[in-house]
Amino acid sequence: MRHFLSVLLVGICAAFATVAQAVEIRATVFRIDYPQLAPISRYDLNPDDLGFAGALLANEDNQTTGNFMGQTWTLDTVTTTPDEADAVFDALMSEGAGIIITMARADDLLRLSDRAGDKVLLINALARDTALRDGECRANLLHVAPSDAMMADAIAQFAMWKKWSDWFLIHGSNSADTALAEEYRRAAKKFGAKIVEQREYEDTGGSRRTDTGHVLVQRQIPVFTQDARDHDIVIAADASDVFAPYLPFNLWTPRPVMGSSGLRPVTFHAAHEAWGATQFQRRFEELTNRRVREEDYQAWLALRVIGEAVTRTGEAAPGVLRDYALSDAFELAAFKGQKVTFRQWNGQMRQPILLYDDRITMSVSPQEGYLHQRSPLDSLGLDMPESACTAFN
Amino acid sequence: MKRLIATCLTFSCLATGAFANKVYVSNEKGNTVTVLDSDSWEVLTEFPAGNRPRGITISPDGKLLYVCASDDDMVRVFDAESYEELYTLPSGPDPELFVLHPSGNPLYVANEDDNLVTVIDTETHTVRAGIPVGVEPEGMAISPDAKFVINTSETTNMAHFIDTSDYKIKHNILVDQRPRYAQYSHDGKILYVSAEIGGTVSIIDIAEDGTPTLSDKISFEVPGVQPEWLQPVGVRTTSDGKWIFVALGPSNRVAVIDGQSHEVVKYIMTGQRVWQLAFTPDEKFLITTNGNSNDVTIIDVEAQKAIKSVQVGQQPWGVVVAPD
Repeated sequence: MRHFLSVLLVGICAAFATVAQAVEIRATVFRIDYPQLAPISRYDLNPDDLGFAGALLANEDNQTTGNFMGQTWTLDTVTTTPDEADAVFDALMSEGAGIIITMARADDLLRLSDRAGDKVLLINALARDTALRDGECRANLLHVAPSDAMMADAIAQFAMWKKWSDWFLIHGSNSADTALAEEYRRAAKKFGAKIVEQREYEDTGGSRRTDTGHVLVQRQIPVFTQDARDHDIVIAADASDVFAPYLPFNLWTPRPVMGSSGLRPVTFHAAHEAWGATQFQRRFEELTNRRVREEDYQAWLALRVIGEAVTRTGEAAPGVLRDYALSDAFELAAFKGQKVTFRQWNGQMRQPILLYDDRITMSVSPQEGYLHQRSPLDSLGLDMPESACTAFN
Repeated sequence: MKRLIATCLTFSCLATGAFANKVYVSNEKGNTVTVLDSDSWEVLTEFPAGNRPRGITISPDGKLLYVCASDDDMVRVFDAESYEELYTLPSGPDPELFVLHPSGNPLYVANEDDNLVTVIDTETHTVRAGIPVGVEPEGMAISPDAKFVINTSETTNMAHFIDTSDYKIKHNILVDQRPRYAQYSHDGKILYVSAEIGGTVSIIDIAEDGTPTLSDKISFEVPGVQPEWLQPVGVRTTSDGKWIFVALGPSNRVAVIDGQSHEVVKYIMTGQRVWQLAFTPDEKFLITTNGNSNDVTIIDVEAQKAIKSVQVGQQPWGVVVAPD
């Protein structure tokens, strides 16, 4: 009997090895390029390979591991315009694309995920709209990009750790700005901060850059921010990149700025070195000849999720990979000091958020002392009882 | 009277000499190596060791001290007595950890940037081979019979078994996230691999011919400590196979594990961010490096108690004890 058992075990092992040896994985990064105004800062100009570069690195990382596992990795990158997005996406579907990393805005993303159906796995590497993790969640859509709620909570925790609880909220006039402002109001309530003053900075259009623009800005911002009630910090909610970079040093009352400028919540930045990140930076820069952007890191992360799921399951079917990513067994190291995993109720990746002053990692949220029965990471963003998502039930 | 004292001093020196070994601690931020005496536990000296010294080991005869100077992209070799730098070895960029062949030659270095294990001849000071491994090679170990060198790759999450006769990878074992360190039991029958982010130590059984099989995983749990902070890094096993010690990083604890049942029997409090471990040759004491409190903790192995902490340089990382 014992002999029989060991033969059987060898048989299983051999079968397992065979399965593991013939996995071919094709992943696509699907990016919609939107018409955009020039950024206030030249540093924010988008490189042509935004996101794709991160995916390329992940594909190489996955293939290096795959060489030991008998996996073959193929990466396709697709760019399109908002108008042509549906047609290009449908063409991808008809070619049999099953794993698609998306860099698209929320409304487009929702439409695409509804077109894709349940045979396809989409991973959102860009859109931060909290609604996608709430009432507008989709079962075929996972999010490695953090939600605006997570970002606002990351800032709120740090402010409260500093005991800077009185906030002066300045938000833009576009819908994305007011939505972001709403996230900060919610975060203030969640963590016990008080918004003592709110003002809207109107987007009046016009050119972003002029030769001596700073002369005017230096006079406008102090006037705009004078006579505010006593506050500890200024929170900038400027998703449209209209005014936030001008706030630090131009305020009427000297106060730290957080949110859209000053201390910003980010998933990654090119100076981040902790937890082995230096190696990521060096690999990325050698491959792409430029510094990493958040979008690159997020695309890398999305494809690494797939890499990890393929390695552990030995399969390439989108449904199997999705289920594994959402299972308790899934975990991934992502240069953030602890494993990243998915929230099973809405497909959002749990992750630490870096607080960045445009030079260094100033802090990392969640902050010390913010506990949670599941994971401190769930103190950031929509927790299970708060999320109206039912697609994952 | 004066004479009497002198005699006593000579005697006591001799007596100490029989038991005391030098303990070398690399200080990652201080760019130095601190030298301690394993009898008095006093700091003897601290000497410059290049930029960002991390991995540290010593030749079997105790004469040569090897230090991974990570930011200098080389291994620096020091005279273990005079602390003078003798020469450097070409490790490739950002060397972090290495393992020395029991004979003292060659040195196997994990080369994180190039996904390579570099084999360096310690006599000719040349590179013998570069072996492609997984993404971000880190932990290094060698089997007691020196037939296999183990490398762990942090992003690929594997232990690679490299045949030392032909430098080919013969086996790969998947472990948990971010494998940091590998350590064989002294009889060579088990390989332990710590996974920092996965929070586990994988137990890999080694067959007669060296074939590995993942048999179990050790997990850690401390009431009141968030599981995220129980991050296993350095691993050491006693030569009788009875005890395994695992440094648990930011949880500031060393786990004591029964070598037979693989149950965690105790957690010993140490300084902050406990990283690497080393025994004294008699295995009476275990020294831990504590990166965030700038000290080392001395653990009495038999009593399983921390008996002392000693301030060293800035951000101690690695530790090695001179052989008898």
